Amino acid sequence: MSENQEIRTPVSVAGLEHEYPHLEPSANNPQLVERVIAVMFLIGIALLVAFGACYWINAQPWKLGATLGGAMFFLGVGLIAWGKYLMPRGPFVEERHTLANSEADRDAFAAAIVERGGDVVKRRKVLGGLLGGGLGIFGVVAMFPLLRSLGPLPKGTLDHTDWKNGSYVVDQSGRRVQVGDLAVGSIVTVFPEGTQDTDRGQAVDQTVLIRLSNEDFTTQKGRETWAPKGYVAYSKVCTHLGCPVGLYEQQLQLLVCPCHQSMFNVNNGAIPQFGPAPRPLPQLPLYVDADGNLRAQSDYHVPIGPGFWERHV
Amino acid sequence: MTDVLNTKRAKQAALGPYGRVGKSLDELDDRLGIAKGGRTFLDKIFPDHWSFMLGEIALYSFVVLMVTGVFLTLYYIPSQAIVTYHGGYLPLDGQKVTQAFSSSVDLSFAVRGGLLMRQMHHWACDIFVGAIVVHMARVFFTGAFRKPRELNWTIGGTLLILAIVNGFLGYSLPDDLVSGTGIRIAYSIILSIPVVGSYLGFLVFGGNFPGTAIIPRFFILHVLIVPLIIIGLVTAHMALLLRQKHTQFPGEGRTENNVVGSPMFPVFMAKTTGFLFVISGITALLGAFAQVNPIWQFGPYDASRISYAVQPDWYMGFLDGALRIWPSWSFHSFGFTIPWEVFIPAVLLPGLIFNIVFAWPAIERRFTKDDAMHNLLDRPSDRPKRTAAGVAMLALLGMLFIASSTDVMANFFHVSLNTVLWTMRVLCITAPFVAYPITYKICKELQAVKGGGKRKTPNVVTRTAEGEYVATPAPVYVDDLHHGHEPTEVPKFFPADTEEPGDSGVRVVER
Repeated sequence: MSENQEIRTPVSVAGLEHEYPHLEPSANNPQLVERVIAVMFLIGIALLVAFGACYWINAQPWKLGATLGGAMFFLGVGLIAWGKYLMPRGPFVEERHTLANSEADRDAFAAAIVERGGDVVKRRKVLGGLLGGGLGIFGVVAMFPLLRSLGPLPKGTLDHTDWKNGSYVVDQSGRRVQVGDLAVGSIVTVFPEGTQDTDRGQAVDQTVLIRLSNEDFTTQKGRETWAPKGYVAYSKVCTHLGCPVGLYEQQLQLLVCPCHQSMFNVNNGAIPQFGPAPRPLPQLPLYVDADGNLRAQSDYHVPIGPGFWERHV
Repeated sequence: MTDVLNTKRAKQAALGPYGRVGKSLDELDDRLGIAKGGRTFLDKIFPDHWSFMLGEIALYSFVVLMVTGVFLTLYYIPSQAIVTYHGGYLPLDGQKVTQAFSSSVDLSFAVRGGLLMRQMHHWACDIFVGAIVVHMARVFFTGAFRKPRELNWTIGGTLLILAIVNGFLGYSLPDDLVSGTGIRIAYSIILSIPVVGSYLGFLVFGGNFPGTAIIPRFFILHVLIVPLIIIGLVTAHMALLLRQKHTQFPGEGRTENNVVGSPMFPVFMAKTTGFLFVISGITALLGAFAQVNPIWQFGPYDASRISYAVQPDWYMGFLDGALRIWPSWSFHSFGFTIPWEVFIPAVLLPGLIFNIVFAWPAIERRFTKDDAMHNLLDRPSDRPKRTAAGVAMLALLGMLFIASSTDVMANFFHVSLNTVLWTMRVLCITAPFVAYPITYKICKELQAVKGGGKRKTPNVVTRTAEGEYVATPAPVYVDDLHHGHEPTEVPKFFPADTEEPGDSGVRVVER
């Protein structure tokens, strides 16, 4: 133990006695620690050079990251070790000074605000009121252009899609879906013709078309004509948070939303069977025209997608 | 020869005892008067405890975020204009994608070091938010938020919200399939706000979803507005720390009225700069070896496509979990709809959690009637109620986070989704109520442990001549940093009153 202490030399600082214990490094063997740190710094420097070389020859990203990260890591650990083991061990102390000022100073400060300020306002009540009112109005009118020019008002646009009476049902490539196209049990994402390439079409009009085995299928009362030849169409926008309801469990005849696992029964008007979705997926009424094309009878009868305040049906 | 030496000496003498550096500092002090304050700053004491570096992790990962983020802005194009991709990633060749997506893929593959920078940026963000949360937990459990530091607690909580928001904004920018789904969900959450929801949604998105405005808008928020607020608040956070000085754990020589530790210069500066390097290094290594957010595999966003097992970044997990397990209660009457199934878990719940966080110092003061200044930290076990409350909150958040992977768990454990859903519902409700009493009890037990919280020292056992064994506690560990010495003031190396006018401090070398 005594040997160890002899090796520790206080960090030499002008004007202080050599025996000053707080200036000793905390390492038992500073020479060894110094050598270890030197090796770390050398590794760091070597890796930095390697990083430069990797960048120069356009090496793979992982080589860039490994050399840069390794260099920073070794330099950093070395520096921490230097600070922790070779610099004055302390401990040092510093007094905290009370943050609060004397009572007199506080009073003077408060008086300046309350009395001086209050006095000014009291004497010029009209001016103060006008200024306050003016600033308030400024705040309000400044909001108008700021908010209003950010976007249009909804004005009922959330209630409708681009499906209308006679819309051709087309797939993602724009091909019209004919009555013989789908095998029983298969599913395809469809759009009203002309919107399949548009952002709005993909976001709002997206519809899943499923062919069920039963030719005269009625999903719900009052929808007897909606599913000709077993083709049922539901909005693909989940009524929970608007994710595309992209998974179809053919055996259970459930449409599943991969985001939060709402499940909709395609046999039964897409009533939610499981999960957080509160409403069924709206069903699109279809018909088959004389040429065998699938077409829409009308728009969805209820607003599609997640709930919102003005949703009235 | 002597002449040369003399001129050299004369020049040195003219510069004063501290040479060129001293001269420059004198010039600065003439103009700014920084000498006294600067000295106080360099002598500032920082207490040593491993848990005090958690905030530093947050700060330095933010530095990494800014550096890598500036690099990314040089190549990223915030536009939803459609282009045909003809870049280096062949599977996407010929696809119609937005410029945002195409430039994100290009900066990953065509820009030297681009992929590394992107991955470092993403990892640094995950670390940033994580470090803030852990730092906040440290501050909470040790009572560092108490008077006079309530304001800094509030600033810290605000920083956490901003970090989460900016993380989400940045995650959305590549306009890939997964992040686009996240934006869609965010839009639906805005829609769910009663009365103003659809108006707000249209204002934020410039119309109905998706529109063409959201990427440019998110971009300016992500790279300018939110970061500016974060920088301002971080500055305020640091300024308050300097003004109020750091808290410390109780211990030898430590009181409410002092700070014991290492001085700013050089000890703390060396350690903290080293730590900045280490954080950057670890981020770079993660960027090099751990793939994160491979947008080219997800493909461009298309509102009618979806990927299976989509999960947001970890810090959004608790919201996603809440949305998954909340029952489908929707209010619908009088021609209006209130989507409670979205509004409660995605708006009210996080609002409630953060309000509790912000109000906590006031709540605690109301119960303890403690109006005193606190510079010494609590041991968590000495404040069992607070600790139990904190653990209960973390248990709730943890369960909500786990609930964000119900589908993955159902697959992994081969159980039905229904079982997982109900398990998570039960766990989320019960976890806080189970965690509270258990934590409380553990704290009480820990309080009763003799010598708890004190560092244990070894006993030296000696045998007397009579054969009796005597155990005497050894004073301290030999290599125990900061133990065994009374703390002292930072030495005033050249005390003003003892300085002799003739002593210039120049070392004269005899030749």
